Amino acid sequence: MKLLVCISQTPDTTAKISFKEESTRYDESGIQFIINPYDEWYALVKAIEIVEKQGGSVTILTVGGPDTETNIRKALAIGADDAVRVNAHPEDSLFVAKQIAHYAKDNEFDIVFFGKETIDHNGSIVPSMVAELLEIPFISHANHLEIEGTQAKVSREISGGTETIQVSIPFAISAAKGMAEQRIPNMRGIMMARKKPLEVVEPTASHALVKLERFDLPAPKGKVKMIEPDNIDELVRLLHEEAKVI
Amino acid sequence: MILVIAENTGKKIKKSTFEALTYGKKVALEYSSPLGVLVLGSAENIDDAKLYGADNIYHWEDSRLDTLDSQVHTKIISEFAKEKGVSLLILSHSSMGKTIAGRLAIRLDAGLISGVNSLPENFQHFTVKKPVYSGKAIANYTLLTPIKIITLSSNALQPEILPAESIVEKLTGDIPSALTKVIETKTQSGSIPLPEAELVVSGGRGLKGPENWGILEDLANALGATTACSRPVADADWRPHHEHVGQTGVAIRPNLYISLGISGAIQHLAGVNNSKCIVVINKDPEAPFFKAADYGICADLFEVVPKLTEAVKKLKAENA
Repeated sequence: MKLLVCISQTPDTTAKISFKEESTRYDESGIQFIINPYDEWYALVKAIEIVEKQGGSVTILTVGGPDTETNIRKALAIGADDAVRVNAHPEDSLFVAKQIAHYAKDNEFDIVFFGKETIDHNGSIVPSMVAELLEIPFISHANHLEIEGTQAKVSREISGGTETIQVSIPFAISAAKGMAEQRIPNMRGIMMARKKPLEVVEPTASHALVKLERFDLPAPKGKVKMIEPDNIDELVRLLHEEAKVI
Repeated sequence: MILVIAENTGKKIKKSTFEALTYGKKVALEYSSPLGVLVLGSAENIDDAKLYGADNIYHWEDSRLDTLDSQVHTKIISEFAKEKGVSLLILSHSSMGKTIAGRLAIRLDAGLISGVNSLPENFQHFTVKKPVYSGKAIANYTLLTPIKIITLSSNALQPEILPAESIVEKLTGDIPSALTKVIETKTQSGSIPLPEAELVVSGGRGLKGPENWGILEDLANALGATTACSRPVADADWRPHHEHVGQTGVAIRPNLYISLGISGAIQHLAGVNNSKCIVVINKDPEAPFFKAADYGICADLFEVVPKLTEAVKKLKAENA
């Protein structure tokens, strides 16, 4: 199996969110970037498990500047075989999707993996776009994947349940919780990762169809209204009359 | 035309579709444009679509369309949208919307913003808002293309009943064969699925064990709420994983989120901080969740929750 895992780097969950350049760019100064958890914990680990079981290779792809290489090396330390970095700022979903599809088209992967969304833009758009550009089936929010020969059995979350789907390779898949368990790279993995190939390629052209005008910060939350434990009726009254939610 | 793609997983049009129709109607009125809804596959409540302002209801009732295949759905929807001269396509930000919206954007050369939660601030430049960074910021995007696509967040607005003289048109035609095949569907019975729920009662380690969930369920039943839990609770198998809300579980945005015995770690908040109203009950006055709450009670939940359940029942009885 020849597997491609697309990873994105995102600010750490606990990172402070602030903006610069008239609120049009995320202020990255002093921010710790991590591999998007869905990409790392579920998509990458699942791909590695498949290769451990039946052979093949896992290639990492990311769209980003040289600053993403620390996280690429981490993905290699967890167990991927090689990596590709498209040397460009990930402008928007379409731009990223075109870079991935452009690379994947020439390299014939059996499965293209993604996380179900990134924790910064929360878009869930790129995987579906890549699948369309590559003209292959796409299954989103998968929480289980079994491969037998060229056939795959995939379970995915749907509104109010799960469904199990049969599909043959090649296909694209986005991974959710349940797909695999997080792995911590060990020392041997970290040492080996230093020697694994990391190719840098230049981006292909894409034109923007959406324009980011600005980021806003949400209005500060009003102070919590504390209610005495012996005055529960008051809470119910407030929920009914003030918040109007019950 | 402004076109809503119905979400009818399980052969029933979902509330999120009525929200999308209400959104579509408000846009349609601005542009003096007709509003249509495309329903693919079985939908036992098809007539409900007439209540939310659709001028045209297009129903392609074919059991092969009851399950989602991203390529088949994309082909049908994109060809239909081109034929009708659609300027705005609205999907729910649901598992279906997330599966096909990107494909449709490529096929139609359309600008796409997902997870939108507001009407355009001005209709000339179609600029919409969507929460980013797990709700810690809001991005404003303008869609620059003649055909625009949005996926609408659940509970972004309430469906407004606006009966219209809807024309129902049955569609038929060739359906391409699918490369994916659904071999099994499991639905959770009972309460409303978490991503769609308006009221949620959620429990954490403060409940001390799965045997104590009865008091939480009593409160949820009194409210008509869906139950949820924190990550440690799901990881300990006290509750099923589909109930886990938070960054790596389900992200939700109900009208009311009541948290019982959850400290409020940042990863948990990331999944719930878009809730309209948050109530926190915790005996630890230092629990970080109180800072994100609208209402708080600092007390032993085992004493307070049964009283809260009784008070809710009393209110419901008074307003019945």
